[in-house]
Amino acid sequence: MSALRNTLDKMKPTFSKGGKLSALGSFFDAMETFFFVPKTVNRSGAHIKDSIDLKRTMITVIIALMPVFLFSIYNIGYQMNLAYGYGWGFWMIVWKGFLKILPLYLVSYIVGLFFECMFAQIKGEEVNEGYFVTGFLIPLIMPVNIPLWMLAIAVAFAVVIGKEVFGGTGMNIWNPALLARAFLFFAYPKMMSGDSVWIAHKCGVDAVSCATPLSEMASGNLHYSALDMFVGLIPGSIGETSTLCILLGACVLIFTGVGSWKIMLSCVAGALLMGLLGDVPAYYQLVMGGFAFGCVFMATDPVTSAQTETGKWIYGFLVGAFAVLLRLFNPGYPEGMMLSILLMNTFAPLIDHLVVGANIRRRLRRAKTV
Amino acid sequence: MSEHIRLKKGLDIPLAGAAPAKIAETVAPDLVALKPTDFKALVPKLAVKEGDSVQAGDVLFVDKMNQQVRFCSPCSGVVQQIVRGDKRKLLAVVVKVEGQQSVKFDTVDCSKLDKQAVTAILQERGLWPMIKQRPYGIIANGDDTPKSIFVSAMNTAPLAPDADFIMDGQMENLQAGIDALGRLTKGGVHFSLAAAKEAGSAMHDLKGVIFHTFDGPHPAGNVGVQINHISPINKGEIVWTVDLVSLAAIGRCLRTGVYDMTRMVAITGPAAKEPCYVKGVQGMSLKSIAKYTAEGNVRYVSGDALTGESVGADGFLGYFDNQVTILEEGDYYELLGWIKPFRLKKFSFSHLYWSWLAGKKKTYNLDTNTNGGARAFVVSDVYGKVLPMDIYPVYLLKACLAKDIEKMENLGIYEVIPEDLALCEFVCPSKIEIQKILSDGIDLMLKEMA
Repeated sequence: MSALRNTLDKMKPTFSKGGKLSALGSFFDAMETFFFVPKTVNRSGAHIKDSIDLKRTMITVIIALMPVFLFSIYNIGYQMNLAYGYGWGFWMIVWKGFLKILPLYLVSYIVGLFFECMFAQIKGEEVNEGYFVTGFLIPLIMPVNIPLWMLAIAVAFAVVIGKEVFGGTGMNIWNPALLARAFLFFAYPKMMSGDSVWIAHKCGVDAVSCATPLSEMASGNLHYSALDMFVGLIPGSIGETSTLCILLGACVLIFTGVGSWKIMLSCVAGALLMGLLGDVPAYYQLVMGGFAFGCVFMATDPVTSAQTETGKWIYGFLVGAFAVLLRLFNPGYPEGMMLSILLMNTFAPLIDHLVVGANIRRRLRRAKTV
Repeated sequence: MSEHIRLKKGLDIPLAGAAPAKIAETVAPDLVALKPTDFKALVPKLAVKEGDSVQAGDVLFVDKMNQQVRFCSPCSGVVQQIVRGDKRKLLAVVVKVEGQQSVKFDTVDCSKLDKQAVTAILQERGLWPMIKQRPYGIIANGDDTPKSIFVSAMNTAPLAPDADFIMDGQMENLQAGIDALGRLTKGGVHFSLAAAKEAGSAMHDLKGVIFHTFDGPHPAGNVGVQINHISPINKGEIVWTVDLVSLAAIGRCLRTGVYDMTRMVAITGPAAKEPCYVKGVQGMSLKSIAKYTAEGNVRYVSGDALTGESVGADGFLGYFDNQVTILEEGDYYELLGWIKPFRLKKFSFSHLYWSWLAGKKKTYNLDTNTNGGARAFVVSDVYGKVLPMDIYPVYLLKACLAKDIEKMENLGIYEVIPEDLALCEFVCPSKIEIQKILSDGIDLMLKEMA
């Protein structure tokens, strides 16, 4: 430990202002604060501070994503095995899945952190840990066959246009991870939907066609059972299929208080209510497609969701309701969760404005009655 | 029957180093100091020079804008040093204590005087600066008539001195102080007691006040929070507040005619050698209590750990303070601290550490480490959980940052001073300097509204 500390202390002058490598200062700083809690002390205001910081908050989200992540690795291999009839054993399935997912993560983190560091350097700020989570989420909401160059462009778009132009983590309007997906959805629709993108390719063979529950529902002949969709050994975007694992993650988020249970609950309520209008049972909406994943990990993003507690109820409800509304009544898009969350991200400030406005009116009314 | 108000939001920080309820000794300090910086927006005008002899109650400096407001020496002696900072800003007047002479005033019974007479007496005797005005937390203006006056007899700040213990034997003084304050307002003197101690408290027998009882974690004892629940401040309204120690000092001076600023001081904090109470005096040197405090790499805070001022080992107690908190400096690195799963010695309001499962009796050695880097506002729900007021703190703070006067007004700037949002600063995962932002916002209001 002290050897690492000494090395960092020795390197510090090189990366500090005026040093040879000062252009990489923010990267060095990110690495240093990754390894060590900095020794800064409180200078103004409260002399003692809570032990919580954003790094701890973000790592908790990643811990909550672990069941989903591990299940995804297995499911990628499982779907390949099923489609091509390899007859692989458990560890082979895991290994093949891991080989598929690894490059996606490498691209997501390398490209994303490159832009994060670049902007931190230009702005003279510390690198934000927000990308820990964003970079972890992006591969999970992609189809497994996404070409790596496309992923790289989407990540760059999400970080630069989605976040940094607004001022970085905390200032962005839309969930950056979803923005990456939305970018690809509109720029390369063929790679993001249809029936042929969900199962990893075998070399030299044409893609296997396999419909997801949502496209089946859109065409009116759903053959997956609710239990299949709940457990999640079905085709779909990498991380979205297993409602069971997502529920485990939701438990972690609610238990630690990192994710707002109000948003999750009202989102489910909105979806169920709107789901009554559909042909399939309303609860099917909760286990199909990206609803559960979006509800637990995307809609609850503290920055882009509503900030006020009352606002969170309204925001969550509308996310759920719009997602199912799109699924049921818009033949163009079988999946509505992504667009619904992005739409409500846009309107979250308006919801908050109304809630805060009510507080202001209370204050003014109080002044008048005295 | 008093009004009972129960507050649920808030947090009692389980800081180690509470002072047991016994008095270790009576401290006779060598030096005392009066610091104009203890008062918001005060422009002082010196009334003494180095080498002058003063008695307790002799004026050291006055308010330049309102020269009847006097600031008096708490002890007799010789003015040893006039401390100045950048641009010759007056930082402190240090008095070397010699003898025990005090200016002799007449004893007065304020209950028969009118407002102007009481104001004049308080100003002449240097007691006026003890009355604070809300909004803004500045010294009250004697020309105003406040809506009402609030006194909190409940201190919930971390390791704060126990109100009943430090007021033991002071009931006549408190009563005399209340009689005086009662003449200054038509709205009455609101007096808040801690619900847990209400029945046994000697203060329950005070006359001429409107009692309220409060129950709940910090900041339930903050007078700002209490005002918000009793009779919130609207635009254009003014209320005054007096803390309990000052109220007793005011009463004592009126009742006995002696300018006597002695008070019980709690020495607290995880790094304090021997937490205890001592009998001390306003503005006393921390050196005079060195055997109870600490040595080494520690921070000497005059006041509590959330709102106090770091004064250093050679520093002085603040004008209003009756508590010293000694904290370890947190200037060390911790390997992978943020990712370690247990860290059982760390306290957190959130559920990201285990401290919330550890029971209420466990105390923690919190040091001055920031525990993370400064970021933008990200987490949205945590601030409201520790602020039992109908205010959206993040929106108010953003209005302060944007210097948007109208928004600040609309969102409640008149109702808070930095101490009310100190807990928000404590729990903030983004390590934002909330008290400073609010203080700057109030400065802006003072400038624009003048």
